[in-house]
Formats: sequence, C-alpha cells, structure tokens
Amino acid sequence: MDLAAVLTLDVLNGVASLILLCTGLAVIFGMMKIINLAHGEFLMLGAYATVVAVEAGINIWIAMLVISPVFVGLVGLVVERTFIRLLYGRLVDSMLATWGLSLFLVGLITTIFGNTIKSVPSPLGGFTIGAYRSSLYTVFLVVVAIALLGGLWVLMRRTRFGLIARATMQNPDMAAAMGVSPPRVYMATFGLGAAITGLAGGLLAPVAGVLPTMGAAYIAKAFITVVAGGTSIIAGGATASGLFGFINQTASYLTTPVIGEVFLFVAAIILIRLLPQGISGRFFRGSL
Amino acid sequence: MGLDIRTLSRTGQTIGVVIAALLIVFMPAMVELFDLMQYTIFVVMGVLALSLGFIWGFGGILSFGQTAFFGLGAYTFAVTAINTDGSWAAVGLAVLVPAVFAAVLGYFMFYGRISDVYLGVITLTVTLILFNVVNSTAGDAYTIGTAALGGFNGIPAVPGLSMPGDPDFFFGPEENWYLSAGCLLLVYLALKGLLRTHFGRVVVAVRENETRAALLGYDPRIYKLMVFVVGGAVAGLAGGLFTNWGAFVSPTVFSLSTAAQIIIWVTIGGLGTLVGPVLGCFIMQYLVMQIGTQQTFNADLVMGAILLGFVMAIPMGLVPLMRLGLVGLVMRLLPGKARASDATHTETTAVEGAK
Repeated sequence: MDLAAVLTLDVLNGVASLILLCTGLAVIFGMMKIINLAHGEFLMLGAYATVVAVEAGINIWIAMLVISPVFVGLVGLVVERTFIRLLYGRLVDSMLATWGLSLFLVGLITTIFGNTIKSVPSPLGGFTIGAYRSSLYTVFLVVVAIALLGGLWVLMRRTRFGLIARATMQNPDMAAAMGVSPPRVYMATFGLGAAITGLAGGLLAPVAGVLPTMGAAYIAKAFITVVAGGTSIIAGGATASGLFGFINQTASYLTTPVIGEVFLFVAAIILIRLLPQGISGRFFRGSL
Repeated sequence: MGLDIRTLSRTGQTIGVVIAALLIVFMPAMVELFDLMQYTIFVVMGVLALSLGFIWGFGGILSFGQTAFFGLGAYTFAVTAINTDGSWAAVGLAVLVPAVFAAVLGYFMFYGRISDVYLGVITLTVTLILFNVVNSTAGDAYTIGTAALGGFNGIPAVPGLSMPGDPDFFFGPEENWYLSAGCLLLVYLALKGLLRTHFGRVVVAVRENETRAALLGYDPRIYKLMVFVVGGAVAGLAGGLFTNWGAFVSPTVFSLSTAAQIIIWVTIGGLGTLVGPVLGCFIMQYLVMQIGTQQTFNADLVMGAILLGFVMAIPMGLVPLMRLGLVGLVMRLLPGKARASDATHTETTAVEGAK
C-alpha cells in the first residue's frame, strides 16, 4: 500500500516534470508553428538565472518563480525581435536558426561560467510514507504543473489577450483585418512561451545538475511530447505528458531509468505513426 | 556556340574531380604524417556530409538523426573487426547493417506518410534511443562474440583493416588516407552518376512536387525510401571508416552535437549540391580545429553564430552562391546573344539554391 502511494507520487512527478518541460515549447509550436530547438537552452538559462540569483543572496522562491521566468521571457522577446520574426512560415529555416541559437547559447554560457556543474540546495524537506521517504519538492512540482495549466487556461479563455491570441492562431489574416497586429501577438506569445520555459528551468535547478549542456538532455523529450500532443496546447500537452510520464516512470521502476526512457521514445514513435497529427489532431479538435 | 553554361559546368566538374584525384595521390608526399591523419578524418566526415547532402538536398528528406546510421556503421565495424581480426567483412557489414536499418525505419516513416517536422522528430528520437541503449551497455553481459560493447566507455583497440590477401599487413596512416579519400571520391562520383539516371530525375521530381510526381505515376514513397536507404548506407560507410581511423568508438557517435554538425555542414555548403556539403564539412572542421588550438573562443559559440548567420543571410549556402557569382562573371564576358538563354538558367539555379 505504501509502495503504491510512493509509485503514484513517482508517476505524478514524472507527468508534472513533462508538463513543465513542454508547455513553453507547446505554446510557441501550437500558436506560431515554430519549432524552437533552443528550447533546451532556454531551460538552461532559467536554471542559471536561479543559480546566480541564489548565489547573490536572493530568496530561492523568488529566484525560481519570478527571476527565472522574467529573465528568460525577456531573452525570448529579444530573440523574437532579432530573427524569429523574419522566419515565420519557413519551418525548416526556423528550426535551423534556433538550432544555431542553441549552440551559440551553450558556447556563451560555457565561456562565462565554465563547464562545471552548479547546484542550488533543494528547498523543503522530506516526508515519510510507511517505510519510504519522499521529498516535498516532488509534491510542489505537481502543484506548480497544475497551477501552470490552470493559469494558462484562464489566460487563454478568460482574458482579452487570450481571445486575440486564439484568433490570430486560427487565422492571422482575418485577425489583422479586425485591427489586430499579428506580429505583436506573435512577439507576446514567443515571450510567454520563453517565460514558461524559464520557470521550468528555474524549478529544475534544485533537482538537476546545472551546466551549459543540460538542455540537450531535455530537448528531445519536450520535442516529442509536443509533437505527439498536437497543436492544442493544454489538452494535447497534458494528455501526451500524462501518457509518456506514466510509461516512462512505470518502465523505469520495472527495469532501469535508461530502459524507461527507451520505452518513452518508442511509445512516442508508435503514437506519431498512428496519429500523425498528434493526439489533439484526432481527439480534442478545436480545444485549447 | 558550344560555350554554354552547362558544358562549362561539366568541364569544371571534370577538372575538379581530376584535381581531387591528384591531391589524393600526392597528399601523403606533401604533408607531415600528423596532418595527414587530420585530413583523413576530414575526408571521413566528408563522406558523412555527402550522405545527408544527398537525402536532404535531392530527396527533400531532412533527417535530424543521420548519426544513427553513422553510429551503427561505426559500431558494426568495431564488433566485426574484433571478431574477425581486421577482415574487410567489417566494411561490408558497416554498410549493410545501417542500410537495412534505414530500410525498416524508412518503410515505417514513408509508408506512414510522415513528413516534415515529424520526420525530423522520429529520426532524432531514434538516434537518442540508440545513444541511450549503447550508453547503458557497460558490463560483461553486453558482448557480441568477443567484442564487449563497453557502455559509455566505448570499444577501445579495434583492429584496423588488413591488406586483402595479406592478413599480416595492417593499414597504416597512409593506406587509411588512400582508402578514406578514395571512398569520398568514389561515393561522390557514384551519387553524381545516380542523379543522372532516370531514378535520380524522379527523386528530384518528388522533392519538387510530390503530388505531381505521384500523378505522373511514380510512387513517391518507394523513391524516398530508396534515397533514405542509400543515405543510410553511405553514412554507415563513413562510420566504418571513422572507427578504422581512430581504432576506437564510443556512444558519442550517436550524439546530438554530431547530428547538429552534419546539418551545419550541409547548410553552409549549399543544399541541392554534392560538393557543397563536403566543402562545408572541410571548412567547419578546419575552423573547429583552429579554435580548439587557440582556446580563446568556444567552438559551440562560433558554430552557432555561423549557422545563424548563414540561415539569415545566405540561406542558399556557399557553393550555389559561388556558382551564381561565376555565372554572372561568365555572362559579362560573353557576347550579348548568349546571354538571353543563360539568364533563364541562372534563374533556375537561384531558385534551386533557395530551397
């Protein structure tokens, strides 16, 4: 019974991590059809922002929940203004350019901070379930993931910005005819996606080794989750995260973490083969 | 008059091939042994660049995981060479295994009508799966014949190739240079020849407009699959040569950064050409080598900036750009009559380059 509780928590943690990892990417892909291959490096920047802030004596909660998203959001705005805006509608070129950006950022951070692992202590303690110990931070990540999806839903469904953003996503020309400026909506969306990614990076800092190349470990996972989820940001992303998180954690428990990842990737390939438009292309059409 | 652009470019290509062949023959006499070994790895990677240049530039298939076939070839070579002590079966299998793997994967992708981003995602994922799997094969349980896979430590001390007919004579740096550079030239000529056949024309037609090619009665799926298999075989050959060169292989052959490099080579050199990827590969490897000796700039930083710059400013790549420049020069030298027909040719080159 205790074991079942711990395993459930593990699975929930896996799902929550995937949601955090992929939501920023999903916002950018779902709304602008841009695959941001520098996504992993945005995560890395978020993690570094938290590390630097904590070392400067700032409270870790403020660092993770405020400084990281704001900093990476600003970076996102700069990136969008400098070159992403020139590449709309050129899917492959935007992939190549963001891949170049990703290498550039890895090189830049390596030059500044060196190729060593930095870390911040994990806040919150642990708790016990019967004979097992687990960390409260795990529970916190689950809460944040739920809050993130909820907040995004409210933003998209209940605010004026959300309405305009959704309209632009569906038909930019029509939105422009109604007086909306699609470039500004795209800019804001890219910044939002980057900020969410920064938040994820900050939250990752206490549980992962922070180093310049850390992004590469996450990019493939985030990438396939978003593509398997399809263009609907919340419904698609959440179901794909749930499915892959469950498969990954269960297979990891039964075998080894490496085999768990292999299972995740194989499941993703099969899913894309069966549903080439992603889960939401088939099941939650038109939903957010 | 006989002096039109097409014959000119044919002549140019022939001269280029002859110069390349002469360079290959005389290189060992011209440079130090250490440099020769450096250049050998350059040409090995050139073969890899050709594999992606072919499937992406002519088949329109952007494989983000060309390293999957490169790595499979490298590991197949290592395992076979250890088990058979340097026999040439290693080269054969290093080509065959990745080709079969590409056939299976390609069947699954092209007959599922997966394209664009999804193709990139799947190939990238497959590479990462292989990376993860091979990385976790440390320990005695993971051996094939007498070869231990060694997990993240890789396989050290892989025997090199021996002279056919004389199993006691193992290849040295000079023989390896001839072998690798020869392979590069042969693969280039073979792909060039392949593109001139009926098959090659259909492949390009499928790249240009899949639906139209299908309406003309060609099944795009089988053509894409065959291009993909050829690309896999060539990448596998590069992998085999790579292991033969270094006598060592580790899971980094599957890594994301290697995959990124190949794409950079092709982008910089020029999509839709065969010389371009090889040239891009040489330039970037030389640059990375120079940066490595200087220690002032980080190589990733420079590579990233170069890739970004090319995508933004020169998306067609170097070789098509140089061709355009050359054509412009020739046109200025030619009398007015020849110009009209050449102008249309220039235009198609420009369009092809922009793809």
